[in-house]
Parts: sequence; C-alpha cells; structure tokens
Amino acid sequence: MHDIVIIGGGPAGLSAAINARARGKSVLVVTNDYHDSPLYRAKKVDNYLGMPGETGAQLMDTYWAHAQSMGTEFCDGRVLTVMPMEDSFYLSIGTDVEEGGAIVLATGVSQGRKYPGEEEFLGQGVSYCATCDGMLYRGKNVVVVGMAPDSPKEANFLQSIGCNVTYVSAKQSEELQADIPFLRLAAFEIQGEGHVNAFHIGDATLPVDCVFILRNAIPPTSLMAGLEQENGYIKVDREMKTNLPGVFAAGDCTGLPLQLSKATGEGLVAGQKAAEYIDNKSKDKTSTVQ
Amino acid sequence: MSVVHLNETDFESKINASPVAIVDFWASWCGPCRMLAPTIEKLGEEFEGKAVVGKVDVDENQNLAGKFGVMSIPTVIVFKNGKEVARKVGVQPAPVYKDLLNSNL
Repeated sequence: MHDIVIIGGGPAGLSAAINARARGKSVLVVTNDYHDSPLYRAKKVDNYLGMPGETGAQLMDTYWAHAQSMGTEFCDGRVLTVMPMEDSFYLSIGTDVEEGGAIVLATGVSQGRKYPGEEEFLGQGVSYCATCDGMLYRGKNVVVVGMAPDSPKEANFLQSIGCNVTYVSAKQSEELQADIPFLRLAAFEIQGEGHVNAFHIGDATLPVDCVFILRNAIPPTSLMAGLEQENGYIKVDREMKTNLPGVFAAGDCTGLPLQLSKATGEGLVAGQKAAEYIDNKSKDKTSTVQ
Repeated sequence: MSVVHLNETDFESKINASPVAIVDFWASWCGPCRMLAPTIEKLGEEFEGKAVVGKVDVDENQNLAGKFGVMSIPTVIVFKNGKEVARKVGVQPAPVYKDLLNSNL
C-alpha cells in the first residue's frame, strides 16, 4: 500500500511526486516510458521561467532524475481502472494490482476523442485490455487499433492465443508478426446490434467480434466511474480536488493552457493536498480509536 | 464458504440454491478481476444465507462464458429464479452490487 499513487509521469505527476515525498509520503508513479511523452519531443521550451531554450528532453531527464532522487517509486505500465474501496483505492495495471491511500491523476491530454461506436459497445465487443479479454475471442475475428508503442506486441499476443487479428495503425511496425494483416488508420466506425459485428474503415467493412482500442493512456473518465468533467477536462477546484474524495488531478488533464508551468504548479498543489488528505485520514483514525 | 466457485456441471444447481444469485465471471490473468475479488468476497459474507455469491473462471469454463455472452471481464450477472435480471461489465464500486442484490431480494 502506498500513501499516494500518481497516474502519469509527466511534469505534473513528477511535481506532485516530489512535493508529496517532501512531506514524507510514500509515492508510486505509474507511467509509460517518459521518452514517449509529448514534452520529451519538444525541440525548445521558451516560456519556463528562468530556464529559456531548454529542450523537452533535457527537462524531462532532469525532472525524472529529481523525482528518483527524492525516493519516488515507479511502475512502468498503463492503469486500466481505479476503484475506490472503503479506505483506499485499488488500481489495476496490466495484470497487477496496486493500492493507494490517495490518487493524483496527471494523465495529460487523452489522445483523441472516442470513436463512433466505442462508448456504445464498450464491454460488448469493444475492449481496452488485450490481456483481459483476448481469451474470450479465440478463433474469432478481432481488430486491434494500435495507438501505443506496445500495441504491436499486444496484437502478436492475441494472434498467438488464437484470435484472427487485423492490425490497424497510423504506421506499420517491424514488431508486428508477418501473418497479421495491416490496415492504415483512417476514419472508422464500430457497428453492431447489441454487440459488435462489424468494423467499417474507408470503403471496407470487416466482420469482427471485438475491437481492441489500445491507447497510450485510458481516458480518465473511463478509469474512474463518476469522475466529473467540464469542457472535456477533469473538473477540479483550487486545491486540485476532483468531485471524488481522495482523488486529485493536475496538469493538462485539468484543462487549458496546456503549458509546463501550469502543470508543475498544479502538480505541487495536488501533491501537497494529497499529502494533507492522508494526514487528516490518519488523524481521523486515531481519534476514532480513542 | 461464502463465495462458491461454479463450473459447467454445477452452475445451475448451485445458483438455484437461493432465489437470488450474483455471479462474477473472471480470470486470473485479468488485473481488474483481481481487483474486484475482495469486493466479491465481502458480498459473500454480507449476503450469506440471503443470496448465492458465485465466481466463474472463464478460462476453465469457456462454454459458460459463451452461454451468457460474456464479452469482457470482469462481468457480474445477477440471477433471479435462474434468470438474468441485471448485468454489470467492468469493475464497479461495492454499493452498486449491493444495491442490485438488495433490489432483487
């Protein structure tokens, strides 16, 4: 059990991490490889006070080293779902489960909107988890919409357990097995009656039983049931609290402007307030015992 | 034991041991399913004598998963007198399942 679990290892998440660590809290950051973060690819960042002209890569390397030196724990992976328990939160990360006393969502901007049919058929032939649901589609036709660096591997896994995979992605990957057909990503629609039966892309319609949509990050509202949004971003107050007790959010996922200084500033507030939340919770417990 | 493990041969007889049953379709490789497990255990204790709380490992019982059209796990189905009356796909907070059971008792 960690005091605070932070979802996302960008500037907001790492700022939350060092500030919670500074208050003596145990912190786990769950994140994809930071070399894949949008900031890492920025050629030049000119509006970070006092440090003009740094590259995104320099900044991310420095942030990462700072967070590590403060004793932050890291977990490489994608959070599939977060569930509030009586006194903590459970998070599922791939096939693993972690537990945290408070949550900071620092997931960045979720990539793209949902696709036509995605919401409607989620759980009825639309899945975000190849490991979870793959076995249910052995011997059946499935499409993998690959938008994350590890998507080709997931497609290979599905093929290996006996699914008939078609891989749809913006670019072909060398990692993809040669026996998996590839289609270039274009506007598509998931169709069905009660459950998915077709994947319509360009002029083609493929008969399928499941569409696996594999993004780099799961949209926060799919992660946590009941999380309130405003204009497509997570709704927070000045203390970076969401509508769910013990759940904080910081950085690009809370809204515009999508800028570094805002992310690190919000991360600081979220980290401190999450630490405070943990302190208050343990005080409450002590007083109940007395 | 408060949570019963169900398979293809005993499914019907075991869920019909009480008018109301709740069944969690899960698998060991599925993180969200493992996350749900403690909630199901608690339901088992809380509803002991009032409802059957069961689990189906879909890896070992693919026919059951197919029969009930389980397309994503975890899927939790509530049965009343052997007939499906409610279904929740994906992990939900404990009160959701409690409410479903209570409203069917």
